[in-house]
Amino acid sequence: MRRFGPLHMTALAAGLAFLYLPMLILIAYSFNASRLVTVWGGFSTRWYASLLQNQPLLDAAWLSLQVAFVSATIATILALLAAVALVRYGRFRGRTLFSGMIGAPLIMPEVVTGLSLLLLFVALGLDRGFWTVTIAHVTLTMCFATVVIQSRLVAFDASLEEAAQDLGAPPWKAFLTVTLPILAPAVAAAWMLAFTLSLDDLVIASFTTGPSATTLPMRLYSAVRLGVTPEINAASTILIAFVAIVVVSASLVVKRELVTRP
Amino acid sequence: MSAPPVAGERGRLRAGRVLVLALPYLWLAAFFLAPFAIVARMSLSDSARALPPYAPHWEGLSRLGAFLSALDFENYALLASDTLYLDAYLSSVRLAAFATLLALAVGFPLAYAMARAPRQWQPALLVAVILPFWTSFLIRIYAWIGILRPQGFLDAVAQGLGLTDAPLGIMNTDAAVLIGMVYSYLPFMVLPVYAALERIDRSLLEAAADLGSPPWKSFWTITVPLAAPGIVAGCLLVFIPAIGEFVIPDLLGGPDTLMIGKVLWTEFFSNRDWPLSSAVAVVLLAVLLLPVIVFQRALKAREGSR
Repeated sequence: MRRFGPLHMTALAAGLAFLYLPMLILIAYSFNASRLVTVWGGFSTRWYASLLQNQPLLDAAWLSLQVAFVSATIATILALLAAVALVRYGRFRGRTLFSGMIGAPLIMPEVVTGLSLLLLFVALGLDRGFWTVTIAHVTLTMCFATVVIQSRLVAFDASLEEAAQDLGAPPWKAFLTVTLPILAPAVAAAWMLAFTLSLDDLVIASFTTGPSATTLPMRLYSAVRLGVTPEINAASTILIAFVAIVVVSASLVVKRELVTRP
Repeated sequence: MSAPPVAGERGRLRAGRVLVLALPYLWLAAFFLAPFAIVARMSLSDSARALPPYAPHWEGLSRLGAFLSALDFENYALLASDTLYLDAYLSSVRLAAFATLLALAVGFPLAYAMARAPRQWQPALLVAVILPFWTSFLIRIYAWIGILRPQGFLDAVAQGLGLTDAPLGIMNTDAAVLIGMVYSYLPFMVLPVYAALERIDRSLLEAAADLGSPPWKSFWTITVPLAAPGIVAGCLLVFIPAIGEFVIPDLLGGPDTLMIGKVLWTEFFSNRDWPLSSAVAVVLLAVLLLPVIVFQRALKAREGSR
């Protein structure tokens, strides 16, 4: 039996280096004192300080966090309902169309989703801004969230909920007190996925927003088009650190929960 | 077992189910299905009627009736006659296919090594591969601009090692686009391939070795066929989003880099031709549906043959 040898170790190290080196280089240069990105001018945190003076960027970041919070919350609620319908209701009229609508946005190019939603908002005569971006993000992220919750719900033992109902709990109460607590890690993971997808989206937001609402990726994109600056490196480093802390701590929580559960 | 519900109870149960289903169903019908009907309609109208893009010139749905009478296939005729669009579709498919093969070449060894790694490492390795996927797409592409641009990190390293004096000139070429795609979509390739490899029963390989099969032969006759569904899924997960990609060709590609997502963006935001960009979107969807249908056919055939 071949075991984990030096060749495997090399493949592993090379693959992980490819994934992480570009980001590590970016992070390193965010602490560069020199404005010239390739010349190392000593360690400095001046670009982080200058970020705090960049009011348009801070406004965009605040708007993006609000959009991500609201859209992830709505998307997770809709996804929970959709997952329950798909897993528990068996065959119902319109099921094929429904599961198709859940699956399609996963492979839909963002430019197409963005264009189609914009045309809808124009047809309805809605003012474009915070709410149109939020609606667009709910539509995109609820499908990802549904997949996450669905996979956990499939593995869930429905007899627990049936037992609660036999003991006299109405279906909604059995769901809230028995099923939902067990589903909680999947619901939390779905919310996080929706939150980061929304925070990250450039293309759909560009189509569906108006002049009053510029999100963080849109600001970063217009800055990036003009070239590499240490200030963008600093902003990127903060975002990378934020996501890394959330994902790693979430995975530790889920792991501990799996370990402590019999 | 539950007692059989009485009639009123069953009615209430049914009403509850309808309520649970109605919310997500109506949301998707309103914000996913209806927009496509509008795109399809828009693609058949004349550009002058839909312009200017910002004024809500056709007030709501009432004007759609007048719209319908002016429908024709002019935009599709333009797409077929102007070689720019055909070239853009072909070049998108070509670049996406190359990126998929490269991602497989980079991702398979990584997935293979992960599946072989000691059990207690595997959760951490999984997080390590998934983590970049959670990190902002835009930032990951930006990181490569810093590396590939003239006098960027790669040039500095190459010159420092004395390999070359001239800039490598990778930035703003199709090669940069390929690097960006492989980097961005690598987790999509690694995860399904790893999942397939990890499930393979190792005693099969042991049995083959006992019967005298050299390792390379066992690899091709046992490991690869058993990992095939994961490989196909990984390839689709890279190929499909890569075709419609906009950000990567826009930021890493050059003026010659032609991709259909970028063409749609330009027609929409620069030329403000809404009907034409709608027609581009409809054709793009048709191009994307093809590999999905072929995959599902193949899956059914595979199940049927067993």
